[in-house]
Amino acid sequence: MKKETWKELTIGTINLEAGNSVKNLTGTWRSGHKPEFIEEHCIQCFFCWLYCPHFAILVEDGEVKGINYDYCTGCGMCAEECPSKEKSIVMVKEEVKLAEGGTE
Amino acid sequence: MVKLKDLAQMEDRLVAGHGMCLGCGIPLIFKVVLRATEDPLVIANATGCLEVCTTIFPRTAWNVTWIHSAFENAASTIAGVEAMYNALKRKGKIPKDKTIKFLGTGGDGGTYDIGLQALSGTMERGHDVVYLCYDNNAYANTGGQRSSATPLGASATTSPAGTHSPGKLQWRKDLTKILTAHNIPYVAQASPSRWQDLYNKAKKAFEVEGPAFLNVLCMCPTEWKYDESKGVELAKIATDTCVWPLYEVENGKYKLNYKPKEKKPILEWIKPQGRFRHLFKEENAWVLEEFQKKVDEEWEELNRLASI
Repeated sequence: MKKETWKELTIGTINLEAGNSVKNLTGTWRSGHKPEFIEEHCIQCFFCWLYCPHFAILVEDGEVKGINYDYCTGCGMCAEECPSKEKSIVMVKEEVKLAEGGTE
Repeated sequence: MVKLKDLAQMEDRLVAGHGMCLGCGIPLIFKVVLRATEDPLVIANATGCLEVCTTIFPRTAWNVTWIHSAFENAASTIAGVEAMYNALKRKGKIPKDKTIKFLGTGGDGGTYDIGLQALSGTMERGHDVVYLCYDNNAYANTGGQRSSATPLGASATTSPAGTHSPGKLQWRKDLTKILTAHNIPYVAQASPSRWQDLYNKAKKAFEVEGPAFLNVLCMCPTEWKYDESKGVELAKIATDTCVWPLYEVENGKYKLNYKPKEKKPILEWIKPQGRFRHLFKEENAWVLEEFQKKVDEEWEELNRLASI
């Protein structure tokens, strides 16, 4: 990413682009473990959505659909708090580390 | 009763891409609290983890109007915004029926310590604002210095445990009690591990006329030093041991929102956290004893107040 200089930035450090942090992909600093979603076990309790600090649980049409690895940092709280009889989210080791500096 | 499924489909007012730590408790709190009102929202944020991590220039993780001015004056800032809004309404520049909600927020450093004076003033003047403190028991953003919310015996960078010290020597300040003494309409203590309770409290705080204060426990894997996947569990243990009781004070009337079936010993709270590790040395046994004694006393006092 090319960094903006003082010539491009708005005077007064005002940011007019609400929510533009979504360009910052926090998944690039994942812990080395990542959650895997097992849809057939899921009871749609939404606890994973509730307890994900990085907003990485995909919800579509009112259902949990999986994990957004662009933002998941691999903290493991979703798997830990998953209450279904057989876990719908399990943590697995991630062999390939993502590239550094993932913006845009 | 609100369902998580419905909350999940509401718009995010705090979005992804923020730089908070793995397993951080702050986003869990705000995910729920920001959904407790559908009105437009203005937020004033004290310096701290939330402020720094959500606004790494030139990015922002906020989808609402958000202001940061300094460490000590988030409460005054939001009070000023509320006063301006009232003035503009009086002058007819904002329609009379338009409702905007105001939220001041800071960590325990920015609230218990540095922002206390501004907060006290805002509450005393009766501004119609909500102030939320996310209490992670330390100055976590600047390397984990002790704050007045840091518990007894915790090792922090400015109260390090060692051969001559068992960590922090003082009992924590009871900020919720201080705010209750302001005789404002609504004061509550909550935890992210009980989202329904947190949601209800945030809703009440937004709806009440006049100032409201929420003190929310916030787990911090970086400074508490525990396995970050166990954060929610740890927040549950805090309520089960009565280290962090869930209660509210509505117009002076105390109410306990959660009474554990069986009050657990504080050891269950202390053991998983690295910041308390040194307390298991023989010479520090008195700290654990003192800790339990204090928690028991406070719990008893709270039960007494709730029974009035």
